[in-house]
Amino acid sequence: MPLLEIFQLKKTFVNPEGFDHEVVNVKQFTLDDKAQVALQGESGSGKTTFLHLIAGILRPDAGSITIAGRAMSGLNEPERDRLRATTIGYIFQTFNLLQGYTCLENVLLGMSFGPGIDKAFAEALLQRVGLGDRLKHYPRQLSIGQQQRVAVARALANKPKLVLADEPTGNLDHKNARKSVTLIREACRENGTALLLVSHDRETLSQFEQVREFEHINQVSPEEANL
Amino acid sequence: MTVWLIVFKSLRQHALSTIVTALSVALAGGLLMSVWSIKEQSDATFTGVNAGFDAVLGARGSKLQLVLNAIFNLEASPGNLAWSDFLDIQNNPNVELAVPLAVGDNYHGYRLVGTTPELFHKAEYAPGKHFELRPGGDWFDPGRREAVVGDFAARKMNLKVGDTFHPFHGLIFDEKNQHSETYVVVGVLKPSNTPADHVIWIPLAGVQRMSGHDPNAATDVSAVLVKLKAGSAIAGFQMDMMYNKQGNRLTFAWPIGRVTAELFDKISWFDRVLTLVSYFVALVAAGSILASIYNSINERRHELAILRALGARRATVFSAIVLEAATISALGMAAGFGIYIGLMAVAADIIRAETGVVLTPFAFNPVMLWAPAGFIALGALAGIVPAMKAYRTDVASSLTPHS
Repeated sequence: MPLLEIFQLKKTFVNPEGFDHEVVNVKQFTLDDKAQVALQGESGSGKTTFLHLIAGILRPDAGSITIAGRAMSGLNEPERDRLRATTIGYIFQTFNLLQGYTCLENVLLGMSFGPGIDKAFAEALLQRVGLGDRLKHYPRQLSIGQQQRVAVARALANKPKLVLADEPTGNLDHKNARKSVTLIREACRENGTALLLVSHDRETLSQFEQVREFEHINQVSPEEANL
Repeated sequence: MTVWLIVFKSLRQHALSTIVTALSVALAGGLLMSVWSIKEQSDATFTGVNAGFDAVLGARGSKLQLVLNAIFNLEASPGNLAWSDFLDIQNNPNVELAVPLAVGDNYHGYRLVGTTPELFHKAEYAPGKHFELRPGGDWFDPGRREAVVGDFAARKMNLKVGDTFHPFHGLIFDEKNQHSETYVVVGVLKPSNTPADHVIWIPLAGVQRMSGHDPNAATDVSAVLVKLKAGSAIAGFQMDMMYNKQGNRLTFAWPIGRVTAELFDKISWFDRVLTLVSYFVALVAAGSILASIYNSINERRHELAILRALGARRATVFSAIVLEAATISALGMAAGFGIYIGLMAVAADIIRAETGVVLTPFAFNPVMLWAPAGFIALGALAGIVPAMKAYRTDVASSLTPHS
């Protein structure tokens, strides 16, 4: 049974003019346990909305999402929060680290809403991403590449079954982008975690064996989605 | 633990507004506790001051004025009473002790009170406590121009045994009204923490026969302090009846505590106004908590969205904001105790300087429990509005630009 199953997923927003504006219309999508898949898509094609729907941050207008055997549509908001906290790790394009928190605290927060605080594991994760000597540093004291590695450690902190990575190399140069994708893939593999990464960067996508066109999955054209 | 970490981080990130808001709570809390405590302590302390006597006999007039003049050494005397009136009450079988007082002079604003040695030797200014002299001093001889100075007055005027002074006429110091008589300080009282500390005690005849005083009133006294025999409560009623209802020349102020309580009844509106102001200041402080956190929610929307994306529930975010507001209140109240002690110390100093009555700034008062609890609850209540705003934060739109 796949880790992630999506059927007839639809999401529509109301644009500033007051008209309905369909952003996501996915007939079917599946992701196997421990699989690593990259979704290729242009900016504004609805990839982030798609990930937000999978993470339960947004509610779909129609369709179903099943993660690890649990149907998202049958869950109320606190249950979706709980599922996200225990099952999903999220790496954002802008990393979204909490600036007032140290590296270690950022990672600890990643686990605190799910399985609970495990300081030794948090430190081991930071050690793994090469930041063992930066535990007490604040994000502003780190380079962009280092901040991204903290984000990777935080995404894995709750021992998720699935990591969602939204344009994780968008703010990195080519060299760091390559290193970063390698790190994300290795870390997910080591933790037995599936990875769904979305990107428009060919260099990033070239590091994946499985790359799928988001346009082929989403029935909404990028022009339409970006209206 | 997580909620506390969120609260702590937020307080630290907004340190300036946290400090300013907590200070406003501190001022409000300190003010409320001080007003309450001063009111209750003054009430209890003043109504408990009776110099060891049960009643005051004086000229016809206000009982309160009589007590303020004879016990607290405030206000002018309502008038004199004849020596025979003193002898009458002294010989009353229900009276254990009667001590005459005569006022009318001062030394640099400190009141000279003429009395008899019985005040020092027989009266107990508090249960089991007699007036005592500092080492090297002696009680005045009723036949000489000698003075025993209260502790506070001696310290303020730097008077010591062997010093001499000329009294001034009247109760208010006027350097043009100096009497020619010279008095010698023969003793200084140990602190009694009563109004007696503010007085320069001289023999009764000293005031009665001071140069310039009316020779026709040379045997009059200003008031008589009366101690009834134990178990003579009925005697108090009888004398009250005799002097106040049947007679029309004299006033018998009994019991002293109840008469003093009249003063607090008269100024109770002032207490209520002060308390109302304190409550209002508390509301303003709660409003400042609400405003400072509410305004910070906009800039924290992104951070709140990240927490939600990490799995924090709306309820977690809500409770973190409410807890943050309550914590600001708690920090404010901790500082409020410092302000409370400061205000109490200043107030106690002023009250002691003016009346001799001593308040205790560090004494426990229930307001020290309910005021902090009330302020923390009020703070938490004020936190509900910004917490609702945080609760409604839209995660998706507050996180990242959509791709």
